[in-house]
Amino acid sequence: MTDIAAAAAVPQISPAADARLMLAAAARWRWWEFAVWIAALAAIVVFPRNLLLLNEIAILALFALSLDLILGFAGIVSLGHAAFFGVGAYAAGLLGKFGYGDPFLGLAAAAAVAAVLGFATSFLLLRGSDLTRLMVTLGIALMLLELANREAWLTGGADGLQGVTIGPVLGLFDFDLSGRTAYLYSLGVLFVLFLLARRIIHSPFGLSLRAVKQNPLRARAIGISVAVRLVAIYTLSAAFAGVAGALSAQTTQYVSLEVFDFIRSADVMLVLVLGGVGYLYGGIFGALIFKLMQDYLSAITPQYWQFWIGLVLVILVLAGRERIGAQLTRLFAPLLRWRRA
Amino acid sequence: MTVALETRNLVKRFGGLVATDDVSIAFQKGVRYALIGPNGAGKTTLINLLTGVLRPTGGAVILEGADITGMAPHRRVQNGLARTFQINQLFPEMTPLQTVGLAVSERQGHGREWWRLAGGKREVIDEAAAILERFGLTDVMGAETKVLPYGKQRLLEIAVAIACRPRVLLLDEPAAGVPEEERHEILDIVGGLPDDVTILLIEHDMDLVFSFAQRIAVLVNGGLFMEGAAKDIAADPRVREVYLGEGGHG
Repeated sequence: MTDIAAAAAVPQISPAADARLMLAAAARWRWWEFAVWIAALAAIVVFPRNLLLLNEIAILALFALSLDLILGFAGIVSLGHAAFFGVGAYAAGLLGKFGYGDPFLGLAAAAAVAAVLGFATSFLLLRGSDLTRLMVTLGIALMLLELANREAWLTGGADGLQGVTIGPVLGLFDFDLSGRTAYLYSLGVLFVLFLLARRIIHSPFGLSLRAVKQNPLRARAIGISVAVRLVAIYTLSAAFAGVAGALSAQTTQYVSLEVFDFIRSADVMLVLVLGGVGYLYGGIFGALIFKLMQDYLSAITPQYWQFWIGLVLVILVLAGRERIGAQLTRLFAPLLRWRRA
Repeated sequence: MTVALETRNLVKRFGGLVATDDVSIAFQKGVRYALIGPNGAGKTTLINLLTGVLRPTGGAVILEGADITGMAPHRRVQNGLARTFQINQLFPEMTPLQTVGLAVSERQGHGREWWRLAGGKREVIDEAAAILERFGLTDVMGAETKVLPYGKQRLLEIAVAIACRPRVLLLDEPAAGVPEEERHEILDIVGGLPDDVTILLIEHDMDLVFSFAQRIAVLVNGGLFMEGAAKDIAADPRVREVYLGEGGHG
């Protein structure tokens, strides 16, 4: 920060100094980012009755963030991201069932198992079109669903995994019925992993992913091994999704076969598109919008609430986020000018 | 003289079509070459074989004495063989600064560093800024590439290749599609590239070819028709017949 201030004080700056400032500016925190996290924390006090819902939102946001890492930053489409959510959930759930209930141990195990699965399956996605990738990811999630269904001795099969016992967070905070510990725990994990993701996308590695997404031919022509980068980000994304699954298993103390469900993979894509792909906050905003709409609409019309989600999605995709964004910006332009002045 | 890049009996068949027909040619270190030939002579196929985009049906590609015939394209770049594309291949939503900075950072081996913010390495930024300045891109280095005028994008195309600090550089029609008034900018840049870099220029523009190249290789129907000093090629009646005559159509 001091060298930015020093550079700004000199009226004539060299192109190199200018370049440094420009790159540093890209990674700087915006005011609204602070607002998002403060609001998330403040929600505990403001909505003490809705902590279980907030917990679900935080978990879904993390799951969508994991998808954003591959879809938004590396251009890998997936219709089977629930595979990683699911193995993470079962890993943490099984640990809890067999007496290893420490929450962070469960998270680590879930991340590791999901990462191994992500690494192993990433090689199937290196070649081929978007359609191939959609089908391969979909197929893997389906296989895992049936595997979990068949191996009922371990997973509980269609009855779900019962008897999951999770110890207190850090040995201090028991999971309570109101969901207060659950929400704080999930929010904390989301925040830490978000910081990691934010760091990564603004790193040289993150920049190279964007290059690979935008033009793999040129990326190779500047010496980037496209395959290695894709394997790396897919593995990381899988680990994130595994952690989201673990949070779900730990905070509900239950795992059902639905963790692998196709609907879950489709929903997370929907959530990410609702919130916007490729700027890291899409998962958070999308999860918020999705869950609030679900909560509100399903109270009014329990059977048909997805109609409205579908409508919003269609409008958003057809009208284009940029155009809607531009309208909003114009609406708020006087306010922004006032803030700058 | 040492050989920078060489092909030995290089053959590429697409089904029944022979796109590259037994081409053996040696490019000497530090010499400027032009590769010419009528449309469909196999120039682009040859470039794709040299850079590894295509695998040859037979023969070998040798870079500084090492056989690179089976080497992946990105590894060839790391070994000093860079290229530009006839049709711009850039990163539309990245800025020239990010694009050149990325190429420099990859070359310096920082590409897998995920824990550090991009723009933190002084040696990367300084070199990227110097390249952008040399190519007259400093003014626009913070704008998204897709909004740049075509001529600037063309310059960036060459700047990215230079950022890889190649010892052998393949330029695929660098001035293609550039309006007349911006052409000289490209020509100056191409003419001013470092002397120790071996350059192979593929070009239709004969003014550019003869102002730039010391030696010229002529491809016809996938085969090497002739290779020699620029003035000998210019004077050769057979070349005038097969190439310059046909060039009149294009």
